[in-house]
Amino acid sequence: MNNKLIELRSISKSFDGEQILCAIDLDIHDKEFVTLLGPSGCGKTTTLRIIGGFETPDMGDVLFDGVRINDIPPHKRQVNTVFQKYALFPHLNVYDNVAFGLRLQKVPEDEIRERVREMLVMTGLKGFEARKPTTLSGGQQQRVAIARALINRPRVLLLDEPLGALDLKLRKDMQNELKRIQKATGITFVYVTHDQEEALSMSDTVVVMADGKIQQIGTPTDIYNEPVNAFVADFIGESNILDGVMLSDKKARFAGQVFDCLDGGFAENEPVDIVIRPEDVDVVAPEKGMLVGDVSSVTFKGDYYEIIVDIKGFKWMIETSDYVAPAARIGLYIEPDAIHVMKKSEYSGKFGDYSTFSEEMEHLSDPTIGTEEEDDAE
Amino acid sequence: MKQKRSLLEKAAAVPHMVWVALFILGPLVFVLYFAFTDTRGKFTFTNIELLSSYSHIFLLSICFALVATAICLLLGYPLAFVMARAKPSRQKLLMIMLMLPMWISLLIRTYSLMTLLDNGGLVNSLLVKMGFSPVTMIGTGGAVILGMVYDFLPYMVLPIYTSITKLDRKYMEAAADLGCNSIQTLFRVTLPLTVPGIVSGITMVFVPSISTFYISQKLGGGNFDLIGDTIERQFKYPSTYHVGAAISLVMMILILISIAVMNRFSDGDGEEMIV
Repeated sequence: MNNKLIELRSISKSFDGEQILCAIDLDIHDKEFVTLLGPSGCGKTTTLRIIGGFETPDMGDVLFDGVRINDIPPHKRQVNTVFQKYALFPHLNVYDNVAFGLRLQKVPEDEIRERVREMLVMTGLKGFEARKPTTLSGGQQQRVAIARALINRPRVLLLDEPLGALDLKLRKDMQNELKRIQKATGITFVYVTHDQEEALSMSDTVVVMADGKIQQIGTPTDIYNEPVNAFVADFIGESNILDGVMLSDKKARFAGQVFDCLDGGFAENEPVDIVIRPEDVDVVAPEKGMLVGDVSSVTFKGDYYEIIVDIKGFKWMIETSDYVAPAARIGLYIEPDAIHVMKKSEYSGKFGDYSTFSEEMEHLSDPTIGTEEEDDAE
Repeated sequence: MKQKRSLLEKAAAVPHMVWVALFILGPLVFVLYFAFTDTRGKFTFTNIELLSSYSHIFLLSICFALVATAICLLLGYPLAFVMARAKPSRQKLLMIMLMLPMWISLLIRTYSLMTLLDNGGLVNSLLVKMGFSPVTMIGTGGAVILGMVYDFLPYMVLPIYTSITKLDRKYMEAAADLGCNSIQTLFRVTLPLTVPGIVSGITMVFVPSISTFYISQKLGGGNFDLIGDTIERQFKYPSTYHVGAAISLVMMILILISIAVMNRFSDGDGEEMIV
């Protein structure tokens, strides 16, 4: 787990004068499940393609097992890719697609037969040998693509949004299956996605990217609990991000109040960003609250209510299991460990409150659920 | 299925129907009529039976057409591949260079080849000037095949070019990812996936090659009698219309069979075919 398999050293890349990657540094360890996470255009796919050999960096080095591989073409790298839209060969059936890599390596036919069978069993595709890819469903094509890549026993498997084309339930199943395959084979996975939930649930390490730069590298819990800046806090999960000042260690002022917190190491009176996760705020009676505000909307979410509270013009999002009436006046109680302090960054102020939050209307297409009681008019 | 069409919709199809009836169905009926009648208009099979004496002409024509098609494919595929992979600006230039000769009449192009290949033609005078002895080119089978290749090469390149440009780059990347070098990618992925383009290219070169009469007359110097020449000669005199029609009919059937065979090759890919 500790030896570095792939090292990216200040990689830069631009297309048509547009900077896609700015001096990326990244270490990927052996047998690790690494996810590159970010919005579209953040450079995550380009990073993957550089590792795969489909793009060459303008500057910087790609090291594989300590050897520079910038100029090694894709077919000579010990890396295989599961492409975004699978790219299965339409003129070959499932068996020949999976056997493709082994035939190129001139593996004897009986060994190929055995290894293809093994792969098809592992990916649950037994019996599909003679089918053409076009006759398969998205989920089945996905499995063929994984089998075709893994049969070559690569050191690293690159996956470019492999679940993007699948529906939600199948996606969850495939997430578990990919994780299982990764554990079973011990192959390093580099996974690209824009879906933060997917990234958090599957990865050993998450690399959050934005604007061609790596924002944060860490375990899923680190990334969620200790985001380094407003971008990461906003992109991963829901966050209330407030302007604050660090009065001294463990004393922060925001929303017009002074709070106890656990963070320190900032300069005296340093301006900071404060992140408070919606689920970490307790709703209490107004007189007991550290902050008092008016409920501007309540949304039923199944196992919790999503409440937007207006506190001196700043709209907070709070998740609570207790029902609160719209327009009610409530108090908020925030534990010291719920307050996360971040240094100011270029993203400060870009992500703020929930006054422009637009609810995904999950119930819209279901006529049996009334929308009247949901006061989400903003 | 049965939808009522408005009068206007029906009327719009009339000119085409008239055209088809007058210039396609009508002549076909005449060919059929002449092929199965004698000079007095009586039904007979003798015209068809006579064809056995023309079998060497059929064979020669098929051979010439096959060789020309094969050369077109060998020249055309790499050219189409290079064109499809070139920069957009270069692609346009190459396309114009390919299409430019097609804006000139086939007759004129064939005549220009004649002046080049003639015994006292440009190529030979150049050879003599350089101190070589002149080479007889006109009147040889090679000249006829060269004429076919020169005239019909664009019909091979264009469909292949289209199918290569339409081919998603991701297949080539997947091939490289799985260990193909560029030559293996070409033979294992690009070539099989562009079979529909190859098939329509072959059809579009083979059909005019097998039926041409002009090229063989001008460049073959009368040494090569191909089906097209034979048909043309039969239709010069009313008395031999019947044999000419029979040859035409058999050639038509031959072409239809070869197209059917070719289409079998591109079956299963679900790709739409020209022809």
